[in-house]
Amino acid sequence: MRTLPRSASASLALLAVFAVSCGSSDSGSPSTGSTGASGTVTVFAAASLTAAFTEIGEAFAVEYPDADVTFNFAASSELAAQIGEGAPADVFASADLDNMTKLTDAGATSTDPVVFAGNELQIIVAPGNPLGIAGVADLADADLIVVTCAPEVPCGTYAAQVFEDAGVAVTPKSLEENVKAVVTKVTLGEADAGIVYRTDVLAAGDAAAGVEIPDDLDVLAEYPIAVTELAPNAAGARVFIDFVLGATGQRILASYGFLAP
Amino acid sequence: MTGGRRRRRRVSLPIPVLVLAGVAVAFFALPLVGLLWRAPWSSAWGYLTDDDALTALRLSMICSLWATALSVLFGVPLAWLLAKVDFPGRGVVRALCTLSLVLPPVVGGVALFFALGRRGLVGQYLDRWFDITLPFTTAGVVVAQTFVAMPFLVITVEASLRQLDTRFDDASRTLGASRWYTFRRVTLPAIRPALAAGAVLAWARALGEFGATITFAGNFPGTTQTMPLAVYLALETNPEQAIVLALALILISFAVLVGLRDRWFGRAPRANAVAA
Repeated sequence: MRTLPRSASASLALLAVFAVSCGSSDSGSPSTGSTGASGTVTVFAAASLTAAFTEIGEAFAVEYPDADVTFNFAASSELAAQIGEGAPADVFASADLDNMTKLTDAGATSTDPVVFAGNELQIIVAPGNPLGIAGVADLADADLIVVTCAPEVPCGTYAAQVFEDAGVAVTPKSLEENVKAVVTKVTLGEADAGIVYRTDVLAAGDAAAGVEIPDDLDVLAEYPIAVTELAPNAAGARVFIDFVLGATGQRILASYGFLAP
Repeated sequence: MTGGRRRRRRVSLPIPVLVLAGVAVAFFALPLVGLLWRAPWSSAWGYLTDDDALTALRLSMICSLWATALSVLFGVPLAWLLAKVDFPGRGVVRALCTLSLVLPPVVGGVALFFALGRRGLVGQYLDRWFDITLPFTTAGVVVAQTFVAMPFLVITVEASLRQLDTRFDDASRTLGASRWYTFRRVTLPAIRPALAAGAVLAWARALGEFGATITFAGNFPGTTQTMPLAVYLALETNPEQAIVLALALILISFAVLVGLRDRWFGRAPRANAVAA
């Protein structure tokens, strides 16, 4: 389930190349940013944005019939690495500021990053919370199978920070490569608890339950978005970002549990 | 390669064949050259001797050798069964046992959860009766690697068993040897090159295994983080280290594949001559 987005990303990237080359050959006139978007806008977005951005993409296609959006969802760090290697992305939406900063520092973005949403962490547990996990302190129990993201990806950095702030020593059984992998381990019943974003718990529906982390311990994840330096469709990218920041985009993000920026 | 046993002869191939073969070689060589080109040579040693890297490398070696051993232990009898016994549904059994060749490894990992996980078909009893849990353990890594690697051995050995002239087996049997003795002293020596080839293929596949491992066994340094997983995660934060680790992995596989080829595979013609 986890490599699929990656292989899909490769084909998406290829598709994007084709779309761009086709687009430039059959319509000589470049799209004008002020009036609207046309052509394909390729968006590289954090895995935690999967559901919300997919819906935003559909709404965007309705608003701008000449344009369509293709997504590559993966861990922000992985996306940043791909863009750093010259992947043909137009827009980069990261789940943390660090990975965006990595790209802005390298001159790989052409607009200043704007924070478009926020997210909080929650403890994800089996439906009905059968083990009665009440908070972060309970996760120190050695009999409990706890999984978190790897420290290399944002959700892992955040989880480690929560444990540190709470003064709790938690030894995860596995450090997953992205947040959806943590969700899968819990929904399959292989892990008892994990640290994920509250939006992931919401997205899991009946398959999982969430335990709140008190505000003084919780981390506010900020999601920045920017146009990439090598964007094949920079005009479309700017329109898409405006759309995410606009009323429709914000309404959709809120419906998936994201916090307003 | 030893002595004059193998003579190099000039063989002239049609130009198109040479060109296409050349493209194929370049196709495989170029990515490696790319890695070499981007490798940070000055800091390579530091990355390689990094504690985490050594831990991952050690774990990779141990797990892949275990997976190879299990593949041989169960794979040779399976290949024998498939090659020699004509039972109803043999085609289905063969397809089933080589399923993991075509299954995306991540799907394989999820399927292993359903079979051997804590809530799995068999796994729940392993957990309840024997207190054995495979996910998130080193044993889980071996299981995932064996799952994807064993078919390589089975296919190779089965093909060799099929080509084997059964008259030698028959002769051995009529001379009074037991089935087991015949297998050990007649069949096994004849298929040895194929067995070696299959074992090396299975080992190489196990060494590079990523998808099933990270899904079924998770990723934790020291217990389940093998080299491919370490390379993948390093790619996200420290691409330079990832390149160095990947090159190390390639170098090891390369050395083994090239080294064993001459030692073991070189005898293939002789063994075949016996069989023919």
